[in-house]
Amino acid sequence: MEKITIEVSNLNKRYKNSLAVKNMNFKINKGQTIGLLGPNGCGKSTTIGMLLGLIKPTTGDVIINGKNMESNRTNLLQKMNFISPYIELPKKLTIEENLKVYGRMYGVKNLKHKILELMETLNLMNFKKRKTGELSSGQKNRVSLAKALINDPEILLLDEPTASLDPDVGDYVRGIIENFSSKKQKTILIASHNMIEVERLCDEVMMMKNGEIIDKGKSSDLISKHGRKNLEEFFLKIVREKNEIL
Amino acid sequence: MRFYRVYALFLRHFYLIKGSLPRLLDLIYWPTIQIILWGFISKFFTLHSDFYNHTAGIILSAAILYDFLFRSSISFNMLFLEEIWSRNFTNLFIAPLKVNEIIAALTATALIRTLIGIIPAILLASPFFGISLFNLGPALILLLLSLYTFGMTLGLLVVSGLLRYGPAFENVAWSSLFLLAPLGCIYYPLSILPDWLQIIAKGLPLVYIFEEVRSILLNNIVNYSNIMSALILNLIYFLLSVFVFYSAFDEARRKGTLINVGE
Repeated sequence: MEKITIEVSNLNKRYKNSLAVKNMNFKINKGQTIGLLGPNGCGKSTTIGMLLGLIKPTTGDVIINGKNMESNRTNLLQKMNFISPYIELPKKLTIEENLKVYGRMYGVKNLKHKILELMETLNLMNFKKRKTGELSSGQKNRVSLAKALINDPEILLLDEPTASLDPDVGDYVRGIIENFSSKKQKTILIASHNMIEVERLCDEVMMMKNGEIIDKGKSSDLISKHGRKNLEEFFLKIVREKNEIL
Repeated sequence: MRFYRVYALFLRHFYLIKGSLPRLLDLIYWPTIQIILWGFISKFFTLHSDFYNHTAGIILSAAILYDFLFRSSISFNMLFLEEIWSRNFTNLFIAPLKVNEIIAALTATALIRTLIGIIPAILLASPFFGISLFNLGPALILLLLSLYTFGMTLGLLVVSGLLRYGPAFENVAWSSLFLLAPLGCIYYPLSILPDWLQIIAKGLPLVYIFEEVRSILLNNIVNYSNIMSALILNLIYFLLSVFVFYSAFDEARRKGTLINVGE
């Protein structure tokens, strides 16, 4: 039987008069890579925020490894990490310093070795003494990924992991994520607007609209179920259905 | 509470200061200017006032102590603002840091920042103006402890505001101490204030601290009841500010502002 890593039940988040997430229910098994799709403002970030314990659900539960996030936040975050283009690492610190800080924060054993390993894997050795703010966006992205992998997380949440990267660097980063997921049996949730990325990396996708998961399954199944040629067309169909209603 | 996590957050700010000479100079520059300015004013009063003739250095001592308070509070705020400005805020809150570890790290780091700034200024005061804070005797330790606790209290309240209301609260971070300074009776005795303001001022530990500074320098007598009043008030306010910080953190999670603060 597959072990459930993330279990979300009856999750709701209300901001004043709007319901950002409506009665969300899903399970993610250990080792699965799941894509979270949906148009801007559909509740993806709020969902990720609740999974990370950054946002308190109005009702419902986020259960990680059998423990409720609300009552075990610190312990669970020890085994999780997150990357988003909207958050950065301190610009005035060198790559090495940033990784030392976060490595210590997560209580990483044999930190020196771990930092070297990540720098080699992510091709950062030549820049280790450079300040993070002086790096190109591709290099910064790799440093953020190194920070996200510093604690060897069991659960990795990725928000637009390759946004603003050129195709070459984007492909490189996708390769790293793919490798991390397959070799180490890690659980990954990816929120992305890059459908090629989602098709390549994800075992299954969940499609969100207006705060709800309206469909989920394997990319190929969703594409054929909705009579489309690829995931992008499936995405556009769902988004434009909303416009038709409006 | 895990020491390694507190140390990691301290290390983040240590690297920041270590790697930036302008930041380091900025820490030292303002307290030094403040002390030089008040040193000359103090010297002028000493030469031209009968009252201050007997209490050389009373203003300068008050200025140094006020600057210690000011720097400690501002340092606390700055540590938090640095995270917002660098867009590192979310990274910290997805790390397994507990709220009490954040408070401990900010409190320890703010003390080091404050000492970096204030020690050169204190050392400068002695050869330039013949004033030493050590004239206050052993009571100085309790007075500094009291001032530092009050600085942390104000820092926690401002940081709670930043958590709750976002970067828009930044202006309050800069002005919080200026608001309280007139009531704190830093450079003048409590009796100068109108009666009704004296009642309000007595609710501030600053009044007892600076009354005591004047008492020691003028009469050479340590009134421990003043020091105790300041410490008790400080303890109450500090505990209250910790509660406010926890509430603000909870409210920020409820409002979802931890994920996009700084935007």
